[in-house]
Amino acid sequence: MKITKQEVDKVAKLARLGFTEEEKEKFASQLNSILVYFDNLGELDTRGIEPTSHASTISNVFRDDEVESSISKEDSLLNAPDSKRGCFRVPRIIER
Amino acid sequence: MELYRLTIHELQEMLRKGEVTSRDITESVFRRIEEVEGKTRAFITLMKEQGLKQAEMADIRIKEGKLSQLTGIPLAIKDNMCIKGIKTTCGSKILENYIPPYDGTVIERLKEHMPVFIGKTNMDEFAMGSSTETSYFGVTHNPWDIERIPGGSSGGSASAVAADECIAALGSDTGGSIRQPAACCGIVGLKPTYGRVSRFGLVAFASSLDQIGPMTKDVRDCSILLSVISGHDKLDSTSIDVEVADYEKCLGQDIKGLKIGVPREYFIEGIAPDVVKSLWSAVKELEKLGATYKEVSLPHSEHAVAVYYLIAPAEASSNLARYDGVKYGHRASGTKGLMDMYTQTRSEGFGQEVKRRIMLGTYALSAGYYDAYYKKASQVRTLIKRDFDEVFKECDVLLTPTAPTPAFKIGEKTDDPLQMYLSDIFTIPANLAGIPGISIPCGFSREGLPIGLQLLGKHFDEEKLLQVAYAFERHTDYHLKKPVIGQDAL
Repeated sequence: MKITKQEVDKVAKLARLGFTEEEKEKFASQLNSILVYFDNLGELDTRGIEPTSHASTISNVFRDDEVESSISKEDSLLNAPDSKRGCFRVPRIIER
Repeated sequence: MELYRLTIHELQEMLRKGEVTSRDITESVFRRIEEVEGKTRAFITLMKEQGLKQAEMADIRIKEGKLSQLTGIPLAIKDNMCIKGIKTTCGSKILENYIPPYDGTVIERLKEHMPVFIGKTNMDEFAMGSSTETSYFGVTHNPWDIERIPGGSSGGSASAVAADECIAALGSDTGGSIRQPAACCGIVGLKPTYGRVSRFGLVAFASSLDQIGPMTKDVRDCSILLSVISGHDKLDSTSIDVEVADYEKCLGQDIKGLKIGVPREYFIEGIAPDVVKSLWSAVKELEKLGATYKEVSLPHSEHAVAVYYLIAPAEASSNLARYDGVKYGHRASGTKGLMDMYTQTRSEGFGQEVKRRIMLGTYALSAGYYDAYYKKASQVRTLIKRDFDEVFKECDVLLTPTAPTPAFKIGEKTDDPLQMYLSDIFTIPANLAGIPGISIPCGFSREGLPIGLQLLGKHFDEEKLLQVAYAFERHTDYHLKKPVIGQDAL
């Protein structure tokens, strides 16, 4: 076993996901079988090979810093689960 | 012949001559939907009212003599592309009520021609899957055998095209999500070169791999749709400013002397004998038309699935971080503080497969594992890309099976993620290398299920793919066979 239940806990926390104990067991075993499959990659010699993060050859794309039309404030709040006075509203962050 | 049976180019001809109206066509398509949708479950949202209104507007435009490529044609759109004012769920509970306040670029480009949008099609949640079984809104069925999957993730679009519930559709392809369902449902599906079509307004899954493309009843329709949606877009900085060819022009051009490569690594253990048989008879057919073929090697193919299932989840884990219950989408209620709200929202909103991939991606990118997994995969991606560069020095196109087997049974692979992932084994390399690929019908299995062949081409050489696909289609009749479903069965 490569991934332990503790590690599943750690990764879940990073990903902001919560799981039941049963789900954690299941994930640990499924992720392990997937990771074992990935181990084949280790056999390849990739010393000095540039990683590809993008299939195209373009690099940075620049444009002039000019104001253009965009979605209105009202429209961008239409889908908000909670909003107030033109702002997105979230639960309190700082304790009283 | 019922109107819903026809293709874009056939209907355009009839509209031009004034033999039918867009309203006639749209009504015919909605009658067909009523007849078979209960069996296929291809759609998440139907847009009958808006559709009929658009048809009337299209008819006015046609009367004014302004008919263009897609005017008045009923189209279905995969539910991960934004149409302003229409629910776009991405097959997920987390976006169950999301109504985009803007049109994606592909939708904007289509709208210039005044087509009729008839609905949003079902898909694997966030396009993560190969069977359309992971959708929050239920499973889509294959019209050729409703106990089987339509492929995925664009399974709704594929099923709708095959069952004549639309004239043509758009899908998206990150690791085969257009081509594999096209093969499973016996239709044509093309994944363009990375950067050919704008991704603005496409809900992001893996940004370095995602690409939108046409899913159609024949190759000519595929060319028509591709011509409309292609081109540079300043709203997508990865779209590339390369001139858009007239993709219809290359159809009918001779393929004499064309060099086809058949990669030997694609004939893996576990591939269905019917698939191999159909593939070789397709090669013979193309030889008869004057093409030559030779066996070639893509030595790093066997690693493509592993590379993909590291890179795609890594990108997804980052892309899906935006679903936090703040700006749009589901928010959990009754939570204690911000952190708890994030965690509850995401745990309630995402399904199992999406969570699995977020976990996998987060793990692969996390401190201590980045070099061993993400970086290693990106380096092997370079090797896979170089393999293609090498073989395209000696061939014009590559010919491979689209999927190792015809459509499998619903539920057959849901408990074994790795087996599910392997159904994309032949389609994944094109996404990693950014090259275009098309799947076209090339035969049927003994059970009567469609089989697809895949053609892969050089960057921005969609023309060659369409030219070869069209030559093959003109000399075969696989694309004309229809599944027996609904009234057809009587």
